[in-house]
Amino acid sequence: MATIVMDDLHKVYAGGVKAVTGISLDIADGEMIVLVGPSGCGKSTLLRMVAGLETISDGTLKIGDRMVNNLEPAERDIAMVFQNYALYPHMTVFDNLAYGLRNRKFPKDEINRRVHEAAEMLEIAAYLDRKPRNLSGGQRQRVAMGRALVREPAAFLFDEPLSNLDAKLRVQMRVEIRQLQKRLKTTSLYVTHDQLEALTMADRLVVLNGGKIEQVGTPMDVFNKPASVFVAGFIGSPAMNMLDVAYLRDTGAAQGLSGLPQGTDLIGVRPDDLLLNAPEAPHLSLTGDVVLLEPAGSESHIYVSLAGSSQPVTMRVQGLPNVLEGARINLSVPLSALHPFASATGLRVG
Amino acid sequence: MVENDRWGSLFAHLVLILGVALVIFPVYVAVIASTHPPGTFVRGVMPLLPGPNALENYRTVIFEGRSRAGTPPIGGMLWNSFVMAMAITVGKLSISILSAFAIVYFRFPFRMFFFWVIFLTLMLPVEVRIVPTFQVVADLGMLNSFAGLSIPLIASATATFLFRQFFMTVPEELMEAARVDGAGPMKFFKDILMPLSITNIAALFVIMFIYGWNQYLWPLLITTDPEYYTIVMGIQRMVTGGDSEPLWHLVMATVVLAALPPILVILFMQRLFVKGLTETEK
Amino acid sequence: MQTKRSTFSNSWLPYALLAPQIIITLIFFVWPAGQALLQSFYRQGDAFGVRPPTFVWFRNFAMLFDDALYLNSLKVTLYFSVGTTVLSMGLALLFAVMVNKMIRSKETYTTFLVWPYAIAPAIAGVLWWFIFNPNIGILPYVLEGVGYDWNHRSSSNDAMILVIVAAAWKQISYNFLFFLAGLQSIPQSLLEAAAIDGASRFKRFWNIVFPLLSPVTFFLLVVNIVYAMFDTFGVIHATTEGGPSQATNILVYKVFRDGFVNLNMGSSAAQSVILMGIVIILTVIQFRYIERRVNY
Repeated sequence: MATIVMDDLHKVYAGGVKAVTGISLDIADGEMIVLVGPSGCGKSTLLRMVAGLETISDGTLKIGDRMVNNLEPAERDIAMVFQNYALYPHMTVFDNLAYGLRNRKFPKDEINRRVHEAAEMLEIAAYLDRKPRNLSGGQRQRVAMGRALVREPAAFLFDEPLSNLDAKLRVQMRVEIRQLQKRLKTTSLYVTHDQLEALTMADRLVVLNGGKIEQVGTPMDVFNKPASVFVAGFIGSPAMNMLDVAYLRDTGAAQGLSGLPQGTDLIGVRPDDLLLNAPEAPHLSLTGDVVLLEPAGSESHIYVSLAGSSQPVTMRVQGLPNVLEGARINLSVPLSALHPFASATGLRVG
Repeated sequence: MVENDRWGSLFAHLVLILGVALVIFPVYVAVIASTHPPGTFVRGVMPLLPGPNALENYRTVIFEGRSRAGTPPIGGMLWNSFVMAMAITVGKLSISILSAFAIVYFRFPFRMFFFWVIFLTLMLPVEVRIVPTFQVVADLGMLNSFAGLSIPLIASATATFLFRQFFMTVPEELMEAARVDGAGPMKFFKDILMPLSITNIAALFVIMFIYGWNQYLWPLLITTDPEYYTIVMGIQRMVTGGDSEPLWHLVMATVVLAALPPILVILFMQRLFVKGLTETEK
Repeated sequence: MQTKRSTFSNSWLPYALLAPQIIITLIFFVWPAGQALLQSFYRQGDAFGVRPPTFVWFRNFAMLFDDALYLNSLKVTLYFSVGTTVLSMGLALLFAVMVNKMIRSKETYTTFLVWPYAIAPAIAGVLWWFIFNPNIGILPYVLEGVGYDWNHRSSSNDAMILVIVAAAWKQISYNFLFFLAGLQSIPQSLLEAAAIDGASRFKRFWNIVFPLLSPVTFFLLVVNIVYAMFDTFGVIHATTEGGPSQATNILVYKVFRDGFVNLNMGSSAAQSVILMGIVIILTVIQFRYIERRVNY
């Protein structure tokens, strides 16, 4: 159990490529932090810096009270779950779990106890004698988890651990990992490119872009008040619609816009906030042509090309709406659901 | 593809049977010749059916040798060949796997330089530097010794490259996981990398053993003491040793014994042999 | 050249790991090669130290190329290499194509065709030397039946044919395995597409199979030339010993004779240097080609 404190971390590769720039983050004891961002955003590099698999170019990293910048991975009291699991193919499940403990010279019965305990917890006790190649994807994932668990480390590091699983298993494992982490209360750093995983699993999530932090906050904070156009586009699916303020003024919907903060020239609207029936609350009204209606079971996506502009927007409605492809429809957006941004800085205004 | 072509397949079988016959014929002749008494080879044509003297001939070459033909009993030569082949094989494998490990899993000054030095061995086969290499071995006092027979031959770029190639395909994460699990470089090498390389080691072992067993020029150069003769070079002494016609029945018995071990290795480990051969040369 | 994404950090260990290989390479490969290079520029002194070795620039090389025996050896090597390569690769390709057609018997034929790889060149030489023996050999007997008087002890042609056959025979299995692997890597769908396009079997081979085999063929060409030039020492030494009248005195055998039997160090060294040049060129060709497939 420990805190992790990153202070102005930098990673510059030999060729001068900056992978991580000025990351500062305090992680509380027992907290689950999810690092999320597109590929190449530096999230994995940052995790590997914490693990000790990448050197830290500048800044300090503390795990617990120790400065660990120059410690070997094994000395940092962390355990890691890799994307491809990295199970030792020639060892049995038992040996895979025990290897780290043996290297640390744990007594035999203690190793036995811990391995069996972890195996029970992860429901892999029946496979302890098998080799990884005789396990299914989900079982391998559990073994990888088990290898981290037995160590009882100060922190868990997860590097996209679910991305090799099929969709159904991914949801199941997501729930299990989160439950386990809550039960053990072990500080965790979890890397993913999947925004849904980030939203569902995190105590706090950290959105990274271009090696820098875009936003840190609880999932609801980040979802409800995205700090930048980038975050707005990355978190939430389907992605947030972006509308030019200039366009909205031209369509005559201007009266609702007067309340927006100074400098706003871009408006973000979540697909859920576009409504087919005008609400009573103050709102904007728009018209457009239905390009495509996409039923998705309990909900439907409607792709609309706004009149007088080529800007397409996506809206999400419950059930199957009574609209026809090619028909012109009216849309409304409650003023309270507008996310104001400045296009010059890419940041939220006000 | 559906190709109903009876004649084509018959033709193919015919070609292959002739091919197999061509490949087997010389060895068949040798086996037959090794079963005949000496008188058979005085005149006429070599026999194509077995003779009555097999046991006697083999007993003679293995235990007695023929001083007239200038050869000691070949029991000793077989043993020498085996020791030399094993020493070359084990030596090559050990130093190659260690070098490949260093080159793949470490970054250090002059890494490329060392890589090129190893690469050089490909360009300098013994055959092109016979005299000076002999000189070096003589200066080091390694003539007529197993060390002299094996050590100069164990540097191997091909084996190093094969291991390097294989290590590059070992997932990065395995090494990282081992580091997180508290394994240092040598522990990782011993616990993870070696067990994973076992098929490659075995495949190379087959190739290297055959290479070592079949050495000819090198033992010819550095052994003058019959006690260190190897079987393959010993045959040459038997063929060209005397003025008269060679004692064919004994020569062929020796040939059969000399060829048998590597042939058995190939037949019993064909899969590994094919893997070793086709992958070392990539 | 790549390493792993993350590497172990240790200042001395990699050097210790490389040491055995590097030391052996330096002592037994690089140093002798350097010596050969050096000696090739000297005329050797006499055995009593009265006349010291003298530096003679390129005279050893000039003398070589003036020497009819050396030029003959070059010619002989050329014939021998080309003959061995063509014969061995031709037969191997034929067998590989045929085996590749087989379904149930593929493994069996392969087993029968690969094992000569195990036979040392010297032994291959002795085997054919026996079969071709002018007194009792079976082939001269057969040849006599068709009116040809075989004698590799007096006929240069016969001797050359003998060593080519012996050298090629031993190499068939190697070439066969590579051709077979090459054939098996050709996607069946390509041939099916060609068949649907109406290509005859012969056309399918020439227009599709053969071009797709060309990388393997090229690779084998280099390997076979190297084999014929350098690994066949045993074939020659155990049989014809270069004769009759220099007819099979290939370069590698001549270096050995001049160095060890005739004790002409300067000339032998110069010959070594030329051979090294040839190996280096062949190796570079081979690796330039491989580089396109494998990234070093």
